[in-house]
Amino acid sequence: MTDVTAGAPERARGGSLLEGSARTKRRRAREWRMKAYGIGAIVLSLATLFVMLATILMDGVSAFRQATITFPVTVDAVIVDKAGNRNPEEMAKVTTIGYKRLLSQAFVAHLAAEGIDTAGVPEKDLGDMLSDDGPARLRDRVLADPSLVGQVVEVSVYATGRIDGYLKGRVTRATAERDTNVTPEQLDLADNLVAAGILTMPFNWGFLTGPDASDLRPEASGLGVAIIGSLYMMVLVAIFTVPVGVAASIYLEEFAPKNRLTDLIEVNISNLAAVPSIVFGILGLAIFINFMGLPQSSSLVGALVISLMTLPTIIIATRAAIRAVPPSIREAALGIGASKMQLVFHHVLPLAMPGIMTGTILGLASALGETAPLLLIGMVAFVTNYPAGPFEGGVMDPATALPVQVYSWASRSDPAFIERSSGAIIVLLVFLVIMNVAAILLRRRFERRW
Amino acid sequence: MNDMRLVERDVSNRQAKIEARGVQVHYGEKHALKDVDVAILDRTVTAFIGPSGCGKSTFLRCLNRMNDTVASAKVAGRITLDGQDIYDPRIDPVQLRAKVGMVFQKPNPFPKSIYENVAYGPKIHGLARSKAELDEIVETSLKKAALWNEVKDRLAAPGTGLSGGQQQRLCIARAVATAPEVLLMDEPCSALDPIATAQVEELIDELRSQFSVVIVTHSMQQAARVSQKTAFFHLGSLVEYGETGQIFTTPQDPRTEAYITGRIG
Ligand SMILES: Nc1ncnc2c1ncn2[C@@H]1O[C@H](COP(=O)(O)OP(=O)(O)OP(=O)(O)O)[C@@H](O)[C@H]1O
Ligand SMILES: [Mg+2]
Repeated sequence: MTDVTAGAPERARGGSLLEGSARTKRRRAREWRMKAYGIGAIVLSLATLFVMLATILMDGVSAFRQATITFPVTVDAVIVDKAGNRNPEEMAKVTTIGYKRLLSQAFVAHLAAEGIDTAGVPEKDLGDMLSDDGPARLRDRVLADPSLVGQVVEVSVYATGRIDGYLKGRVTRATAERDTNVTPEQLDLADNLVAAGILTMPFNWGFLTGPDASDLRPEASGLGVAIIGSLYMMVLVAIFTVPVGVAASIYLEEFAPKNRLTDLIEVNISNLAAVPSIVFGILGLAIFINFMGLPQSSSLVGALVISLMTLPTIIIATRAAIRAVPPSIREAALGIGASKMQLVFHHVLPLAMPGIMTGTILGLASALGETAPLLLIGMVAFVTNYPAGPFEGGVMDPATALPVQVYSWASRSDPAFIERSSGAIIVLLVFLVIMNVAAILLRRRFERRW
Repeated sequence: MNDMRLVERDVSNRQAKIEARGVQVHYGEKHALKDVDVAILDRTVTAFIGPSGCGKSTFLRCLNRMNDTVASAKVAGRITLDGQDIYDPRIDPVQLRAKVGMVFQKPNPFPKSIYENVAYGPKIHGLARSKAELDEIVETSLKKAALWNEVKDRLAAPGTGLSGGQQQRLCIARAVATAPEVLLMDEPCSALDPIATAQVEELIDELRSQFSVVIVTHSMQQAARVSQKTAFFHLGSLVEYGETGQIFTTPQDPRTEAYITGRIG
């Protein structure tokens, strides 16, 4: 070493250490430029992210509040229980039309009793300020508890989407002039009702728990079915993919011979990860629905299709994590006579676990946001019934998923659904953030240094 | 010198534990070991010396089939342990490695506690019937490796948190704990201070009463101190193999003489 420097031509070494040579200056400049590019890129992506989040929040936050009208109703036996015997089977013959009349009358009476000025709003329009969802709920409530008949009950009924939109600034008097569904006088009345405390904007639990509703009743639509569907699918996808993916990775990394066949398998796994998701949707339609005859729109089929897509991702992440275990640990284990199995289960897997967990959760997170293949297997259907519980075959029942719900609301005509759609995105993002945080926490928890 | 001759006589009537005949190792295109013939005697310390890259570790790894794990390595020739061909397809390398333990050139403790590191081998080979027995094995192994006093208060601390030399001794303790019949040690003292080195040499001497020990070392003094037989490797060939005293006093090959007097290396 020393003789090499001694033999090398003597460079100009004079000059103070405080002033850099031209060479060092050039190097510093290059370094500075590199840093500037990096910071620029990060600022750009943060700005984009911020704009995106801000738009979604501004559009969507209002979905979590809902204009609600509260008033007392006398559940009139003459209307809801004509036979007068409180038999729920016979009471079920009364349709929501009867309850709608009940609600409208009670609402009008309450306004009169409170002395609210309803000038310019005909009685029919008063009742129309209540969502059509209200009668259905009251009917369910009475059928579930027939003792309510004849009693005075306090009901909270959603206001229609237009009134809701007015309170959220989406509907104005100018638009109401041209709108057949709402009159400016109704809006004036809404102001009075707010002042009287009859019309309020509480937190909208129905948005998180309720099923989807038709185009005519945006105020009643909720994410309940979509959340259950997504939940079922995530659990099923995890059950399907994690054991298969981890087993496949362990075999490929630790046991498989290195030959043409395994090379081919490797290349194909990487290729599968790059196949557009809609292709998996077509595959799922052909195999799971047309060939195997599984029910359309069910979370089971959705989970199977998404499992096919997620599997390559999980295998790739798991193999990378297994490969990152230092060879010296393998040698140490084999050197004292551990078998392949013992090597894998005592040493490799514990060390690879954080990587496997992170890879799996990120794979599941991207699966949670997957939309295209679900459209093809019919999960975009309009589903208003909750799927049954997980152990009562609920995974075979029709359901939707969060991203699909976003898509279907975004394509509806009533502007009230824009707000719902953004609200659904917020819910989806919250789920994604929870999963990513879980990934980080698990990683911390399992991380070991060597 | 008198001493050494005593050892020599002692050795001459021992049986061969491991016999290698015409061992060739290729790493892909590279011919790393050329036609090595060696008989490693039972209850004897054999030193492998030679310049860096001459194939000492490679040969050592042939003796417990660790080269199986290197995809590019091809081993040819015949190696027997107690007369059994260890490359026989019916031989389970796992069982072989339980009998032929190894301490690697670079310390490689498991990322587990000190206790777990030492207890792992006895556990998987079922050497302890109770927790107390296992504790006993761990303690004696750590004592043999001259590490007990330094770690006895922190057996639950991670083995990777020890210093380099301590890690090396932990690896020695781990290898000793499985009670192998042959112990292969690849430069076990390269990271140790003179005191720990002396302790490890003492251990090697002690092990000689029951096991064969093969030690790779770059220290001539160490080879002379601990071994009864010495093999000199050069450029992938076994140049000379004989009694340690003879190798260091009257080497037959000019290359051996040049190496031990410090002219090549
Ligand atoms: N895994 C491998 N792949 C390819 N070549 C290897 C591999 N391991 C060792 N070699 C080559 O085989 C030759 C012998 O290596 P080996 O590790 O046995 O040397 P050594 O005598 O132990 O040297 P040192 O004293 O430096 O440890 C070297 O030339 C080395 O480059
Ligand atoms: Mg070596």
